[in-house]
Amino acid sequence: MTLLVDQLKRGLDAPICLTWELTYACNLECVHCLSSSGRRDPDELTTAEAKHVLDQLRDLQVFYINLGGGEPMIRRDFFEIVEYSIAQGIGVKFSTNGAFIDAAKARRLAALEYLDIQISLDGTDAATNDAVRGDGSYATAIKAMDHLRDAGFGPFKISVVVTRHNVDQLDEFKALADGYGAQLRVTRLRPSGRGVDSWHDLHPTNAQQLQIYRWLLAHGDNVLTGDSFFHLNALGDEPLPGLNLCGAGRVVCLIDPIGDVYACPFVIHDEFKAGNLRDEGGFAKIWKHSTLFAELREPQSAGACASCGQFDACQGGCMAAKFFTGLPLDGPDPECVSGDGELALAGVAAESVPRPLGDHSKPPRATPVSFTRK
Amino acid sequence: MKTTDAATQTLLATRLALHPRVALRPEPFGALAYHYDTRRLVFLKHPDVVAVVRELGSHPTVAAALDACGIGEQRQPAFVQALRSLVESNIVMEAATS
Repeated sequence: MTLLVDQLKRGLDAPICLTWELTYACNLECVHCLSSSGRRDPDELTTAEAKHVLDQLRDLQVFYINLGGGEPMIRRDFFEIVEYSIAQGIGVKFSTNGAFIDAAKARRLAALEYLDIQISLDGTDAATNDAVRGDGSYATAIKAMDHLRDAGFGPFKISVVVTRHNVDQLDEFKALADGYGAQLRVTRLRPSGRGVDSWHDLHPTNAQQLQIYRWLLAHGDNVLTGDSFFHLNALGDEPLPGLNLCGAGRVVCLIDPIGDVYACPFVIHDEFKAGNLRDEGGFAKIWKHSTLFAELREPQSAGACASCGQFDACQGGCMAAKFFTGLPLDGPDPECVSGDGELALAGVAAESVPRPLGDHSKPPRATPVSFTRK
Repeated sequence: MKTTDAATQTLLATRLALHPRVALRPEPFGALAYHYDTRRLVFLKHPDVVAVVRELGSHPTVAAALDACGIGEQRQPAFVQALRSLVESNIVMEAATS
């Protein structure tokens, strides 16, 4: 282990990568949504509170933030928050399904400095994408990308969650991104939020994991991954580019729409909640002094994985993936490439699997009532 | 005296400065450097490297900056190498000689 990684594990003075879900409201309801988004939480941070948070992040010298949701552009003060952040010297990257990017908004976005956009897309055709993200969502994303290109936004990002149904489209995703002069970003599917129910049907098979590993190695730094595939490093001698570590509470954290702070975007659960921004001391106190983050910065036990020769390569995988599949945190990842996770999963009783904290899904629609005109 | 190659001598005689679009954030291991244009994050893994990078702009040459930070001749090659990679990642750039 390098000295640097060792130091990163002990935590930084401020996060490198801070995700802030601005709202739980969303026009879509993707089956793998990590925050179970759909309906707005009435207790959402106000515009003034959001600006106050940005002041704190500026004082901590956070270089940039990742805004998401839900669909962040649904917030009426979306541009106000983005512009305020940039004015504080905090760069913004935001994730969107593209539904609110028309020609005029695309021009407004293109005029902002220090702004990156990630359009979410989970298939290179409507059938594959819409099965996960909902009817019409493929066409919506493509239209948004067209607007960004036409507005001269420059290299936006196309963000893909790799599933067993789109893993064969990786080359096509790359070609699509290249065609737009965009950058491709692929990340690992986690069983978080609504994903807790869809993960078993969507996560890549063990054979596909090797396919992903080889593909990522072949594309190196040209494809972004958020360093999310480090559990695949056990597949070969050559590590994937990036930091081989779980950054939860050490270099990464999540602020949710109501100001709760979690160790990472994939662990919205009481067990990983470090505090709330509305509490005295605000973000800095949580980041520097919360008991949870202090624990995460302690050396972690390899537990059941200690005797495995690959532990240095995979680091035991992803904490969130283990937690929401009911596996112990000091054991193998459910997608452990040696197959140990699969075996462990077989022994997990369904009722012992933790549920994510809040379900913001929209209520199922009532059966349409037909009115008879008299 | 240790012999140094021509490229090293050239760099030592150059005036460098922190790129104006780069922010440095102190960390226990040294500092994080973030480039707002390239969106790249670079780790400065030693407090002495951070000190040198901060000083560069106020000196006519790299050699003078190293001197000012108390970096002895023996440590020069390591610092020259570190600065080269920082020039490559655009964290540090050649500055106009005044």
